[in-house]
Amino acid sequence: MKLLLIFTGACLILSFIGDRKKTVMGLKKGATMFLRILPTILTVIIVVSILLYLIPEQKIALWFGEGSGIGGYIAAALLGSISLIQGFIAFPMAGVLVQSGVGYPVIAIFITTLLMVGIMTMPVEARYFGWRVALIRNSLAFVFALAVGVFMGFIWNLF
Amino acid sequence: MRFIKKHGVNIGIIVAFSLFAGYSVFTGYLPGLEILKGNFRTFAIELISMLPLMFILIGLFDVWLPKEKVQKHIGAGSGMKGSLLVALLAFMQAGPLYAAFPVAYMLWKKGCSRFNIFIYLGAFSTLKIPMLMFEIGFLGVKFSLLRIVLTMPAVIAIAFTMDRYYAKKSFKIKSL
Repeated sequence: MKLLLIFTGACLILSFIGDRKKTVMGLKKGATMFLRILPTILTVIIVVSILLYLIPEQKIALWFGEGSGIGGYIAAALLGSISLIQGFIAFPMAGVLVQSGVGYPVIAIFITTLLMVGIMTMPVEARYFGWRVALIRNSLAFVFALAVGVFMGFIWNLF
Repeated sequence: MRFIKKHGVNIGIIVAFSLFAGYSVFTGYLPGLEILKGNFRTFAIELISMLPLMFILIGLFDVWLPKEKVQKHIGAGSGMKGSLLVALLAFMQAGPLYAAFPVAYMLWKKGCSRFNIFIYLGAFSTLKIPMLMFEIGFLGVKFSLLRIVLTMPAVIAIAFTMDRYYAKKSFKIKSL
């Protein structure tokens, strides 16, 4: 976060020194793009915040923690797909799950779907790419995330 | 006017939520306060602190980098080197997936190939260098390495499939 701030600041200063007019134009373009997508992102955030409140995290964790085998895999994939959790929260949460006996393959599916599949953010994705791309990309990512977990299950004990 | 028309539902939800938030704060309605102080705050902070910076960079990228140059490096026919380059760009970034879409749009506008657009999205959602040490800290080196190694083929396969699927269809990324 700090790094991004420093990097952006440095770029801005360099850009200003290089060409003032160009910089202002770039900032205007960036601001326009930001304002255009902002309502969609805000809506996603509002809906997710309310949903997360209605479904407590611990309950879901238990749900796929207990279910071993295929049920656990699919529950983890579904949870990862609909969640919108930051890494700063997701990784510690996964760490806790491992300690409470959830297998690494299930964790791999959870993390992979969390990172690659974004059902809640699909409206944002569709604004840029259209619904077709968003749907296909997310479905493919979902299937491959399951595959990653299955493979992880096969080779985890080999190393 | 066009803006309101396009975002009608979104604006409705935002206004309704603002009213709900105002009501909760004013009357001390507990569930409302919990939503505001918990998840919503976390997301909002991320949104306010990160996205404006991203869009400043995207705007600067737009005015400074000529299309021909970008296209030469990551456009069609840039080969593996081009894909590695976009993957590296993605690895350095952090943040939620929705932050990657506007960057993908800008890359596309500058002539990035379709295949590399999806490599970018995949790489962005596989490995984030700023997050890596954090992941290793909680889940161990073995897990992180295996996860990354296993996800790479998936990323390439998805990019390949998407690229092939759109080979004869029109594909574009909208500026909104």
